[in-house]
Amino acid sequence: MNGDEACCEGALAAGCRFFAGYPITPATEIAESMSRRLPQLGGIFIQMEDEIASMAAILGASWGGVKSMTSTSGPGFSLMMENIGLGICTETPCVVCNVQRGGPSTGLPTLVGQGDVMQARWGAHGHYEIIALCPSSPQEMFDMTIRAFNLSEYYRLPVLIMADEVVGHMNERVIIPREDEIEIVNRRKPSVSREDYQPYEADDDGIAPMANCGDGYRIHITGLTHDERGYPAMNAEGQEKMVARLVYKIRNNRENIIRTKNFHLDDADVVVVSYGISARSSMQAVRHARNEGMKAGLIKLETLWPFPEELIRSVAPQVKAMIMAEINGGQMALELERCAAGACSVSLVSNFGGAIIHPGLIYNAIVRAVKGKI
Amino acid sequence: MTTSKPIKPLPPHPMDSLLRTERIPHIWCPGCGIGTVFGAVLAAIKNTGWDPNSIAMVSGIGCTGRMAGYIKLDSFHTTHGRALPFATGLKLARPETKVIVVSGDGDLFAIGGNHFIHAARRNMDLTVICVNNLNYGMTGGQQAPSTPLGAKTTTSVSGSPEEPFNFSYLASACGATYVARWTAMQVRSLRSSISEALEKRGFSFVEVITPCPSSFGRRNRMGSALEMLKFYQGRSVIRGDIDPKDAVMDIDKEIVVGKFVDIERPTFMDHYEKFNRSQMPQWRSMHPETSKGR
Repeated sequence: MNGDEACCEGALAAGCRFFAGYPITPATEIAESMSRRLPQLGGIFIQMEDEIASMAAILGASWGGVKSMTSTSGPGFSLMMENIGLGICTETPCVVCNVQRGGPSTGLPTLVGQGDVMQARWGAHGHYEIIALCPSSPQEMFDMTIRAFNLSEYYRLPVLIMADEVVGHMNERVIIPREDEIEIVNRRKPSVSREDYQPYEADDDGIAPMANCGDGYRIHITGLTHDERGYPAMNAEGQEKMVARLVYKIRNNRENIIRTKNFHLDDADVVVVSYGISARSSMQAVRHARNEGMKAGLIKLETLWPFPEELIRSVAPQVKAMIMAEINGGQMALELERCAAGACSVSLVSNFGGAIIHPGLIYNAIVRAVKGKI
Repeated sequence: MTTSKPIKPLPPHPMDSLLRTERIPHIWCPGCGIGTVFGAVLAAIKNTGWDPNSIAMVSGIGCTGRMAGYIKLDSFHTTHGRALPFATGLKLARPETKVIVVSGDGDLFAIGGNHFIHAARRNMDLTVICVNNLNYGMTGGQQAPSTPLGAKTTTSVSGSPEEPFNFSYLASACGATYVARWTAMQVRSLRSSISEALEKRGFSFVEVITPCPSSFGRRNRMGSALEMLKFYQGRSVIRGDIDPKDAVMDIDKEIVVGKFVDIERPTFMDHYEKFNRSQMPQWRSMHPETSKGR
C-alpha cells in the first residue's frame, strides 16, 4: 500500500474513530481511505468546508472522547495553525498528518518538499513545545501514526506527522502486526471525585488527567490563559504557570519522546543527519561511502521535535563534520549547527523542493568532508 | 423608634445550579443585553428537564463567547469564529449530548460565516443562539456584518459604508430547521423560542437583537440601555409565518420578529447512517476496545 493508506490504517489500529479533513494533494488519499474505512469500524468521517474547520472539528471530537485526526499539506497546514494552538493551550489529544509538498504558497502540489518543518515547530503563535514525527516509508507511516496517537493521548497535545509527497505516494510492503502486538496508550482518566477534579491539575509528571465531555465533571475549557480549574487567569503569573507546564511536560520527558536511528556512529568521522525521504537518500550515500572505505555514519531523525540536542552535542566533538540533508533551504541545519556549537563543521546538502536529493550529492559532500574540504 | 434588622443572606438564585457562581461577577457592561439572553438560555435549559451532564455549550470569541465560562455545563470557549466546527466534532463524537452554540454576530457571520452556512447546510443537530448587538463589543465597538448602513463605529466613524446581513434570512436560506428572531425586551417569547430550538432536531437558530450601550449605543446617540431596549422593541413588528426573506432587519424602519422557520429535515447523522450504515447488521461502537493502555 502507499504511505497515505498506511497512515490511515495506522490511525485505525491506534483507535482513531473520527476524521475531519479537506481534500489537498498529496494528502487526499488519507482522507479517501478514511472515508471508506471509518464507517466500517463505527467511526465518523466528515469532509469539512476548509482546514480551519477540520482542525476545530477534531478538537471537538477529542473532547467528546473519541480519538481523532486530520491530514493535509502545506497550504492547509497553514490554515490549521490557529486551532493547533488551541489544541496545545487546551491540551487536546489529536493527530495531524502533513504530507509536505513544495512551497511557499500553492507551490508544487504534486511534488516533494520538506519546507514545513520549522512551521511545525513554531507555526502557531506564542511559545510552546510540540511533538513532530517524521516517517520515511509506508511502514513507518503505519508505525509512526500509531505512535503519534499514543504520544498525543499520553502528553495531551496535537502530535504532528511530517510526512512528504514521496513517502505518501510510494507503494511498499507494509507489515501490519496482530492487534494484540500493538501497544496502545489511552488518555489518563481522573481518579478523584467530581467535586475535587480540576481539569488542569497535573500529576507529578506534568500531565493532567482528562475528563471528557459528558463524563459528569462539567469541565470548562478555554483558549485563554487559564488556571488549574480551567478558568481564565489573565495576568503574568497565570501565564508563567500555564506556559511553563505546557513547555516542561514535553522538555522533561524528551528522553521518552525523542527517537533516532543511528548507523555506524561508533567510529564515524563524518555523520549525515537527515529525516523523511531524504534519510533514505542519505542512507544510500553513507553505504556507498562505507564501501569506499570512508568512515561515514547516519543519524535518521524519527522525531523532528523535540530535536535530539543531547545526541548531537555528544556526537559533534567525536567527528570531523556533520552534514544535514533536507529538501528546503536549510531549516533543521540551523538546529544541527546550534547543537554542534562549533565542535565540528556543519554543512548542508539540499534543494528547494520538487525532487528528492540525489544520493550522489550527499556522497560528494561526505567525500569533501573526509578530505577536510568543508 | 426603629431597630436595625440583621441582613438576611440572599436566597439562592433559581439558576445557581447551572452557574459557576464562583466566577460571578461577570465581565459584561451595565445595560448589556447578553445577560438577558443568558438568563433566557438558562431558563430554557431548565425547562427541558434534561440531565445537565448531557448538555454542552460551545462558544467562540467575543462578549457572548464568555457565556460558556459562566454556565455550569461541559463548556468550551474556543477560537474566534470556530465554535460551529468545534461543536460539529463534539456532536458527532457524542451524539447523545445536546450541543448549544452561543455566539455574537461578528463571530458567527464574519470570521465564522463559512462555518455557519455549511453547518446549516449539513443540518448538524445543533442549537445556535446569536446575540446580535450590531457591532464588535469586546474590542471596543467596530463595524460588524450586522452594522446598519451609515451607523457609526470606531472603524466607520462617519458611517458604515456596508449593507448588513439579514441573519435569520441567511440561516433559513442555508437550510436551518428552526429560525426565530426577537429583541432582548421580548423575554417571554425569546425564552419559549429557545426552548423550541433546543427541542428541535437539526440546525436551529435564534437571533436576539440586543443593546450594546457602551459602544454601539453611545456612538450612535441611542441613549441609555433602557432607551435602546425600548427603541428596538418599538421598531419590532411581530410577524410569524412569513417568508424569511420578508423578515426585515432594519433599525431605521422595522425589525420583524417572530418564528420564521419550523420544519423537519433529515440531519447529517440521518443521512450518514443511511448511506454508510445500512449495509451493516449492527453499528459498532465508536470506542474500540483499546484498554491495554500503560
